[in-house]
Amino acid sequence: MSELRELYQEVILDHNRNPRNHRIISDANLHACGFNPLCGDKLTLYLCVHNGLIDDVSFIGCGCAISQASASLMTEALHGKTVAEAHALFVQFYTVLTGTTDLDDAIDFDPVEHLGKLGVLVGIREFPARVKCATLAWRTLEAALNKTPQVISTE
Amino acid sequence: MLCDLEKIWQDFPILQQRVNNHPLVYLDNAATTQKPKSVIAAMTRYYQEDNANVHRGLHALSVRATEHYEAVRERVRAFINSKDIRECIFVRGTTEAINLVAESFVVPRVQAGDEILITHLEHHSNIIPWQMVCKKTGATLQVAPISTTGEVLIEEFAKKLSARTKFVAISYASNALGTINPVKRMIDMAHSYGIPVLLDGAQATAHLPIDVQALGCDFYAFSGHKMYGPTGIGVLWGRFELLEEMEPYQGGGEMITYVSFAKTIYAPLPYKFEAGTPNIAGVIGLGAAMDYLSTLDMHAIAAHEMHLLDYARAAMQSIPQIRIIGTAEYKVPIISFVHDAIHAHDIGTILDTEGIAVRSGHHCAIPVMEFFNVPATTRLSLSFYNTEHDIDCCIAALHKVAAVFKL
Repeated sequence: MSELRELYQEVILDHNRNPRNHRIISDANLHACGFNPLCGDKLTLYLCVHNGLIDDVSFIGCGCAISQASASLMTEALHGKTVAEAHALFVQFYTVLTGTTDLDDAIDFDPVEHLGKLGVLVGIREFPARVKCATLAWRTLEAALNKTPQVISTE
Repeated sequence: MLCDLEKIWQDFPILQQRVNNHPLVYLDNAATTQKPKSVIAAMTRYYQEDNANVHRGLHALSVRATEHYEAVRERVRAFINSKDIRECIFVRGTTEAINLVAESFVVPRVQAGDEILITHLEHHSNIIPWQMVCKKTGATLQVAPISTTGEVLIEEFAKKLSARTKFVAISYASNALGTINPVKRMIDMAHSYGIPVLLDGAQATAHLPIDVQALGCDFYAFSGHKMYGPTGIGVLWGRFELLEEMEPYQGGGEMITYVSFAKTIYAPLPYKFEAGTPNIAGVIGLGAAMDYLSTLDMHAIAAHEMHLLDYARAAMQSIPQIRIIGTAEYKVPIISFVHDAIHAHDIGTILDTEGIAVRSGHHCAIPVMEFFNVPATTRLSLSFYNTEHDIDCCIAALHKVAAVFKL
């Protein structure tokens, strides 16, 4: 139950109910689509990037609470970041959630310190079946920054 | 004949475990059913005592393995009331059975301008093989529409039948919604145009008595693992004269009478369609599953499953914001539903923390989801080993889902 409470904590429920930056940016110069064929989650990410700086970012789409909250929190975190910083944040977030480094062994690891507000999503690590929901927006971000033309699929 | 629920429950060792600190409540039977001890024991016994290749050894083990393997074919014949044992072909499952018919029967018989008719209720394994046939041949796929209750519109199905229609493939029961199609009527309608019909029995075979002669279909496909047998084994039944006309689906060992580099003579039915070493243990397990079902009073079992379906439907009406998708009058015990404010995946995760196994997703039937304009549903699919208590646990957990979401 405590794990469940961590998964669906208030910040996540709030971002699911009222996703931030949930709109289309009609003059976006980068965008990409993400799709999770297992659960039907879909999202389109829009970015205005000028001189390597993310001026504006938004998304539209539908999906589970985890995917919506993750996308919403991501757009908040990306505002004003450089493309290089956005990429670094993607790597860090992805690594934490997919457990590709053993962060539990890092004695003083504090996800909030490392990821800021995004730290609320770290509890998803305990639910391997849901990690793809949380990382969909981030993989779509990478695709947009890399100008990958095809739809990003979790499968 | 038994319908002793406590004894039945005891027959399924996997059910007697705790998941996430709760007794397991398994409500994902449309994905795969659990296996009774007798099925697991039969497969273990085969590997411990009889394992050998079939139809090729002169030694005692091979003879025994072959006898057991062929005895199950007779068991299948009786189970579906086929006229002739040679009509029963062992395949990997429903999917392979449908692909076999698509490739060996339909591809050589259709061309551009011809049509293949399916329904909007089909799961992907009864859609994609026909799209592949169409791509190869230039034929067109026609889809009979469904109503908002999740039933095929029979008048529309009738309108789609014409001289252009060369094949009809329909599911006996929908995996996503549970709808039982009026297949006898649909088969008769197709036959009035002389069109052969494949019936996809993946979801029906565990719940309904199957009599291929009474149904009148031309092909019937089903999977062992959805009827208490192992995965990786299934059956294609086909009318003898149609199977006789067909070319083999795959080439290899066991499906030949004579081979030279100039010419190969195929083995007679059913071996013509069983290339390579078959899933012998799977066949043994399937036989044990049919034996197990025959010890149960299937009428009492069906009544119990229908009671659970009604009980669950009634109980779910007490939960705010839940909407059942697929409200056909005749259903196998499947309930698909959506919550107005909570996505199916979130529901599935929270139910899992309560030890309740359901399926959340599109159920390999994306066109059905799109028809109802939902990205996914949560599906409860019941078996005779489920109880009212299982449903009560699930309902309590659904209330908890709303609490987690602070609704």
